[in-house]
Amino acid sequence: MVTDADLARALRVAGEVPDPELPVLTLAELGVLRGVEANADGTVVANLAPTYSGCPAVAEMRADVAWRLREAGFPGADVRTVLDPPWTTDWITEEGRRKLAAYGIAPPGPAPHRAGPVPLELSPRRPAVACPLCGSPDTEETARFAATACRALRRCRACLEPFEHLKEV
Amino acid sequence: MDDAHSAPAGPDSGSDARWAFGTGFTDPLHGVDTALAAGTDAAALVADCLALGDDALISAQRLAQWCTRAPELEVEMALANIGLDLIGQARLLYSRAGQADGTGRTEDDYAYARGPADFRNVRLTELPNGDYAFTIARLLVLSAWRLAVSERLTDAADPVLRAIATKGVGELTYHREFAAGWAVRLGDGTDVSHARMQRGFDDVLPYLGELFEPGATVGVDAHAVRDEVVDVLHRVVRAAGLTLGTPPATEPGAAGRAGRHTEHLAPLLHELQSVARALPGAVW
Repeated sequence: MVTDADLARALRVAGEVPDPELPVLTLAELGVLRGVEANADGTVVANLAPTYSGCPAVAEMRADVAWRLREAGFPGADVRTVLDPPWTTDWITEEGRRKLAAYGIAPPGPAPHRAGPVPLELSPRRPAVACPLCGSPDTEETARFAATACRALRRCRACLEPFEHLKEV
Repeated sequence: MDDAHSAPAGPDSGSDARWAFGTGFTDPLHGVDTALAAGTDAAALVADCLALGDDALISAQRLAQWCTRAPELEVEMALANIGLDLIGQARLLYSRAGQADGTGRTEDDYAYARGPADFRNVRLTELPNGDYAFTIARLLVLSAWRLAVSERLTDAADPVLRAIATKGVGELTYHREFAAGWAVRLGDGTDVSHARMQRGFDDVLPYLGELFEPGATVGVDAHAVRDEVVDVLHRVVRAAGLTLGTPPATEPGAAGRAGRHTEHLAPLLHELQSVARALPGAVW
């Protein structure tokens, strides 16, 4: 029998699993954990929303969550993929954004909300991205895709340091 | 069923070998409610998933071939990342196709165990990479097409296809932006880059018609998709100081969606499938 207290503990255990790609963030802070439920057979299942379709870290997250839950006394714990509603960077918590900036990665601005055909912007207007190192708003994009699909590479014109920016998606 | 990796030895168990054929990928749709709604046309859903999945897989393979050959490190990263997004979409689409056709075929079955005539990708995806400008022109066309189609599939009847498309819209917007930015930069650059970018568009042109054939656009309005894509292309070539001719009509049933491919698909698949064919079912 899985009690509410068990579920709360399972949610905490799953939520504290670090993101394999950005270990400063937990999965709860990344916003990919969509709750924990009990199955009729007394096992628990964590609901996980994938970030990017092709992000190789997703399989790792799934394996880590199942393993941590089993270690924490939830035998047979499973992870379920949740595609709807899709994850966007808006799911990253305030604490997650603060930790990203402290780690040197500029957190994403508000995700674009789209309805109907997506307009082509040849000179995309992006919200100003402040340098996570010196705080200057005077920064420029140097590459749309950096070490991973989810990050862009930028440069600060004030302190001249390069930094990464988690793209709004 | 889940696989051997559902119970890893621990967070430090070493995972570098996990991201390849035969390493026991978990089903990307694991745990998703996969029941088909009453009244679903399963054959049509399978065809749509394979058309979109095959376009994505073959495009990703061509993009991966730019590794160590791209003109700049940043470009190499971008092309590889775009390919990775597309592989992610292909995996979900193949898994959905296997559920919908009732055979339970896996993503690996679709990617590694079919021959050229079974693939439903448009021929534009399989052409060799050629010049970087050709790759950019092709990426612009394909990402504009896929974005237009995906945006219209965000209200598809099948909830899984709908979710895959919704997820893809944000990714594809970045792909299209990347290609459009480079097309303008090259077209509006030196005489040499201008000429090469123009040739890139000229070489893509004969393969455009196929994208807008009725039946090629996975159940969404082919005319609306064509209008949107052609408008995007015209805006880009105008900003780049280039020209775009009129796409020739394609003989219905003569192209990739019907399994009729160029001579370039078989060698591509030979490379893509070589390990899976040499060591069927291997796990490491």
